[in-house]
Amino acid sequence: MSEDLSELEQQNASFKRALRDDPKVAAGRIALFQYASVAVFLFLISGFWQLQVRNPEFYSERAERNSIKALPVLAPRGKILDRDGRVIVDNHSSFSLILSREHLKAEHLPIIAAGLNLDQGELERRLYRFRSRPRYEPVIIKEELTPAEIAFVEAHRDPDGLAELELVHAHRRLYPQNSLAAHVIGYVGEVSEAELNSQEFIKYEPGDVIGKAGIERQYDEHLRGIDGQRQVLVDNLGRERRLIGFKEAVPGKNLQLTIDLDLQVVAELAMEGRKGAVVALDPRNGEVLAMVSRPAFDPNKFATRIRSEDWKELVSNPDNPLLNRAIQAQLAPGSIFKPVVALAGLETGAIDENFRVHCPGGATFYGRYFKCWVKQGHGVVDLHKGLVQSCDVFFYNVGSRVGIEDIARYAEMVGFGRKTGIDLPHEAEGVVPSPEWKMRMFRQKWYAGETISVAIGQGALTVTPLQVAYAIGGLAMGGVWYRPHLVKRPGPPEPPRVGKLNPENAAKVVYGLYGVVNEPGGTGARARLPGISVCGKTGTSQLASNQVLKSGKLGQPMKDNAWFVGFAPCESPEIVVVALYEGGEHGYLAAPIVRDVIKAYFDKKARLGRALVASNTRQFGLHLPAAAAPQP
Amino acid sequence: MVHSRYLRDLDWPLLLIALVISAMGVLQIYSATLGTAWATAWWRQCLYIAAGLALFGLVISVDYHTLLTQAPVYYRLSILGLAAVLLLGKEVSGGKRWIPLVAGFHFQVSEFVKAVLILQIARYLADLKGDHLQARDLVKLGAMTALPAALVMKQPDLGTALSYLPILGMGIFLAGLRWRHAVALALIAALALPVGWHFMKDYQRMRLVTFLDPSRDPRGAGYQVIQSQIAVGAGGMWGKGVTRGSQTQLRFLPVPHTDFIFSAFAEEHGFVGVVVVLGLYFLLLMQVVQDAQMAPDRAGMYVAMGVAGLLLFHLLVNVGMVVGRMPVTGISLPLMSYGGSSILSWYLMLGLASNVRLRRFTN
Repeated sequence: MSEDLSELEQQNASFKRALRDDPKVAAGRIALFQYASVAVFLFLISGFWQLQVRNPEFYSERAERNSIKALPVLAPRGKILDRDGRVIVDNHSSFSLILSREHLKAEHLPIIAAGLNLDQGELERRLYRFRSRPRYEPVIIKEELTPAEIAFVEAHRDPDGLAELELVHAHRRLYPQNSLAAHVIGYVGEVSEAELNSQEFIKYEPGDVIGKAGIERQYDEHLRGIDGQRQVLVDNLGRERRLIGFKEAVPGKNLQLTIDLDLQVVAELAMEGRKGAVVALDPRNGEVLAMVSRPAFDPNKFATRIRSEDWKELVSNPDNPLLNRAIQAQLAPGSIFKPVVALAGLETGAIDENFRVHCPGGATFYGRYFKCWVKQGHGVVDLHKGLVQSCDVFFYNVGSRVGIEDIARYAEMVGFGRKTGIDLPHEAEGVVPSPEWKMRMFRQKWYAGETISVAIGQGALTVTPLQVAYAIGGLAMGGVWYRPHLVKRPGPPEPPRVGKLNPENAAKVVYGLYGVVNEPGGTGARARLPGISVCGKTGTSQLASNQVLKSGKLGQPMKDNAWFVGFAPCESPEIVVVALYEGGEHGYLAAPIVRDVIKAYFDKKARLGRALVASNTRQFGLHLPAAAAPQP
Repeated sequence: MVHSRYLRDLDWPLLLIALVISAMGVLQIYSATLGTAWATAWWRQCLYIAAGLALFGLVISVDYHTLLTQAPVYYRLSILGLAAVLLLGKEVSGGKRWIPLVAGFHFQVSEFVKAVLILQIARYLADLKGDHLQARDLVKLGAMTALPAALVMKQPDLGTALSYLPILGMGIFLAGLRWRHAVALALIAALALPVGWHFMKDYQRMRLVTFLDPSRDPRGAGYQVIQSQIAVGAGGMWGKGVTRGSQTQLRFLPVPHTDFIFSAFAEEHGFVGVVVVLGLYFLLLMQVVQDAQMAPDRAGMYVAMGVAGLLLFHLLVNVGMVVGRMPVTGISLPLMSYGGSSILSWYLMLGLASNVRLRRFTN
């Protein structure tokens, strides 16, 4: 029994075991697993569908931006040359550092700023300024890298390094070290946000380096090149793998100026340590041979990005070194205006060469006493002596006879009161006062006494040094005014403006100007040059510019401004030079400056044995006394 | 006679599919390593596949019942091996995973533990009586899995350690789980999450965080996922062509010949290529499942289904990672990713599955 039982149990157990070992028991669960597998595969495929079929363009673009880097190839600006082809402004090779904002890690900024001696705040502001530009556009964050800074960039070229940095070759502007012709040339700088919003700069983009003043600005389009681009395939470490596109940079064109470096240097030296301006023109074609304004600035400081402390210093300087006094200083001309009054008198018939006045040291007009600059008086004065000795009383009389309307008319004819049209930005106009002008500006009646002041170049009359050179040069040419310009033009000069005046009257005035320099008692004797007939006129203006007076900036008593305008040779002028020496006290102190420049011109001419420019000298009936004729 | 029976009854479709997938892997390794220090990896991979085939042959020549009997021995050897890795393993990029062998080859023990664990769990489950697992069984099975997993975690290799879990899960699922046990396991898993978080390395935590939001750190941990998505997306419908994928060729894609190989494949072969290869994987998986269905006994079924579960897990985690739907855990793509241990281990496991089918008429 027990055996049977145990056998039964064993059978039972083995049956149970067989049942338990049937693999089909889990068939349902295996099927469940199969369904789960299908679900998993659908889940995965839907992931690929989403990325590859729904919006592959999005990812293709990102893959491209990942791997294609566009690096600017910076175009060099054109050189600026003097009239003889000597280089005034050059470029020099340097490295600039660009930052790729796509790869920028915010925590790297302090490291970059420290490694490259940049101010982190300034760097952040700079990047902020580019916020509107596409992120793949690189930003130049520093120019003119030192070897140590280049080493810093190179040392961080590894996967954990500063992948956002890239060095590019650049051409930095190099200006003459001594600020030579700084105001003429101007400077370049990065276009500012304010400029970008203005019409003039609409075609520029943030980061562009543009001409900001002077020739650099006026001829920016000519000088600037077109930046090229290198498109490179980069790997995940930012290393270049292959060049896939190259657009050559188009260098800017060179620009030849009319400036003569030899004359410019002389004028610069003559103005050393002084405040004022010198302009030398060729009255035969309007070419500017030299132009100096002092105090000056160093354009190299602007060459890329001016440091803010340098900028503050320049702007807060009361002498305003950024002002180009040659075209922007508007000052009373003083006695150098007298030739214009004399011309107006002769032309209108108000006086003739026999007109005489007794100068006792002053005279009363309209109930007011006007002094002559010579206290004891000039005695009997005619036109010639009036110009030679610059007698104020004589010109008070002329002025009162001619009247303000005609003075203004001739002042405007010779070129005062409006821009000469020189190829520089921001030229000032000056003021030629008249009753109409006063009514328009101040709603006030003209006082007759004002005419007396204007007759000796005072009152509301203001001129720029360039206007003086232009006006007197044209007068010396017998009434032919060529527009001043700084850039050499091929071909014949632009047709001049011809004044309706009698050349004989001009000759009488020029003869007076000859006497100023060459006759005893002449105020401009210091401009005399042996062998060269130099004409000229001194001027001492008692006022600072009206603007300065109005703005009440007269901290200390202002010294008189000294003027001298001279030209040579008197009978057929080739060069006219004006010097403004602010605070120079008396006009004769400005005369040597003009003399030096004229001398340099004729010395060079003698050295080269030929005329410095193609001559279209104009004779208009000036006959100098034999004694004054130049010795051979 | 034995040999002719092998030739007749062998799971040829499975072997064929595995070889086609492996060939695709070799091609992709070739393309992805062109011009790099890994340029010779593709033919090394060929060697591994050849060795894998040999191992496959070796495994099917022994009845899987014999292997099951010997499983405890293998298991103990595995534990010893994992301990040895920790003691004298070769450290590569912050983890000790390999035991150096001769001629510059390295042996990644944790890969082979997968097959051993499949056998060990199958053996345990096959010996059970009753229709449901008892709590005591769950604890034993859990310990059986946790021991090697803990050793692998220590290396540290979170991905491989996690890959032991689906083997356990599949076994429990098939053996039958009581509802209350299931709920209890779910609770334990929920509780384990914060505890696990505590024990994770910083970079592992970062990976999980960036999985949830890759843009958080586009140059760090999120970088891999973003670059992978870009690569996949840039592939489009037809792909950029072999060796033409910029993401792959310019190394924006991380490890394009190992963990991210499918990303490189997707870039160069497009959606069409992806569907073809995923289709092959699906067929392979179904073939393994069929092996399980044809198993002569429960032990065989457990073995084959263990392989199937592990395969599905690898595909889900690796391919999901490539499209940004799974965190970056360092789990390789079976049969395609470069790596000797991985290839050998997969051919070994496919051999186990085939072994089961091959023995369907014995009994």
